[in-house]
Amino acid sequence: MKGLLQGLRITARNLVGSFRDPERLTTVAYPEQKLALPPQFRSFPFLVAGSAEDPIGSLRCVACLICQKECPPACIHIERSTDKKPDAAGKPQFYPAQFDIDFSVCMNCGICAEVCPFDAIRMGQDYEIATEERALALTWNRAQLTRAVP
Amino acid sequence: MSFGDLLEVSVGPHHPSTHGVFRMRVTLDGETVVRLKPVFGYLHRNHEKIAESISYLGSMPFTDRLDYMNAMSNNWAYALAVEKLTGQSVPERAEYVRIILAELTRLLNHVCLAGFLLQDMGASGTPLMYAFREREKILDLFESLSGSRMMCNFQRFGGCRQDLSADWLREAGRLIDRFGPFLDEFELLLAGNEIVLARTQGVGVLPRALAISAGATGPVLRASGVAYDLRQADGYGLYPRFPFRVPYGTHGDTYDRYRVRVLEMRESLGILRQALATLPEGPVLDPKARLRGLRPKAGEAYGRIEGPKGEIGFYLVSDGGPNPYRYRVRPPSLINLTALEDMCLGHTLADAVVILGSIDIVLGEVDR
Repeated sequence: MKGLLQGLRITARNLVGSFRDPERLTTVAYPEQKLALPPQFRSFPFLVAGSAEDPIGSLRCVACLICQKECPPACIHIERSTDKKPDAAGKPQFYPAQFDIDFSVCMNCGICAEVCPFDAIRMGQDYEIATEERALALTWNRAQLTRAVP
Repeated sequence: MSFGDLLEVSVGPHHPSTHGVFRMRVTLDGETVVRLKPVFGYLHRNHEKIAESISYLGSMPFTDRLDYMNAMSNNWAYALAVEKLTGQSVPERAEYVRIILAELTRLLNHVCLAGFLLQDMGASGTPLMYAFREREKILDLFESLSGSRMMCNFQRFGGCRQDLSADWLREAGRLIDRFGPFLDEFELLLAGNEIVLARTQGVGVLPRALAISAGATGPVLRASGVAYDLRQADGYGLYPRFPFRVPYGTHGDTYDRYRVRVLEMRESLGILRQALATLPEGPVLDPKARLRGLRPKAGEAYGRIEGPKGEIGFYLVSDGGPNPYRYRVRPPSLINLTALEDMCLGHTLADAVVILGSIDIVLGEVDR
């Protein structure tokens, strides 16, 4: 009986404590309240573009296919262009004619961003991309994936 | 006893007390278990075969998903196996970082286990929520370091992906200072509780000889009275530099398995304090480390560490190609689970649930 009452005393202390001690109250009322994300946080990859006016034209990706080969669940699909376009330095480079990532397969590991030698793909922080459709709505194409980074 | 009186019950796979998709075919005589056959494979993901078709680096995020509570230790075991295969050296600071993260992982695993175990005994919610509250603080540390709470994908062959910042170390120090008082409170909550003692003491005894012959490792083995801890027996990493005691039980019952874990958490706090106090400066990734295009020479290697659940090991065979020729995981939960029937015979079905909880299984690792 003594041990039982002891436990109830601890429970009562936690219950009362949760009203005044932030150490004992750790939940927030999502989605009204959201916690700040740490800068390291990674969710889904995006493609880095140089300018906001012409994001597709200023993609850093040169379609080297390294991320496609290294992606563990193989969710990246790239079609390399047949022609070359000048990059930011003016050197002619291939570019991805098609670049799709299936986010229903992506497991947010960040290996694509890690292995990219051109820093052309990075991990974003969006985590609210839920849709009602399973496959097609979560396969993002080049335009959806591109984000201008100043 | 006539066979006409026996009743066969299928517990699981979708049952909250089976810790995932585990199924037990239990034969009952009245309420007493006379036969228990584990059925698993519901969470099979073909991990080992997939690993043979992708690069060495590609398997790293998949190891997070084996024992999904303890991604950091799984990463370490796999990195250790590949480092043995390639002969890659690891900088001193990275070894310290690995020890710090592995001990934090042990804290979060054991505190959750204590919560789940008490939940299995009918202490609905309360201890589990207290345990999760503390676990969340450790996961916040992992998230601010690796970018993900549970699927850390943090260790690399030849070190770690990210260095610990001064802020991170300060936060970790605060967490360690507060964890001791939390453990005191958590133990007061239920350790003296008469119902908990009656449900755990003398229940699910795993004799010392059986524990050894079944190949049990980790807290399950130590609770049966064998002071065998790979951190001391194998001395991998820089563990020989850190003095700590290996707690072990005497009865091998559910209560001892619970107590051993609580004592282990206190030892882990000691290791963490030492490691944080003596953390050397330097790089965390060997400059010669290669991320991709790894082609180890033909050969084999077995890397093992003392994970929170027992010995987690990775066995790799290389034929000189970019993918492992053979990749095999030695999961502690699966091998500890083999002694389940012997522990449960003669006890009631309600006790079988508690005994299963005290083995500490994660189905991601059992089925792979």
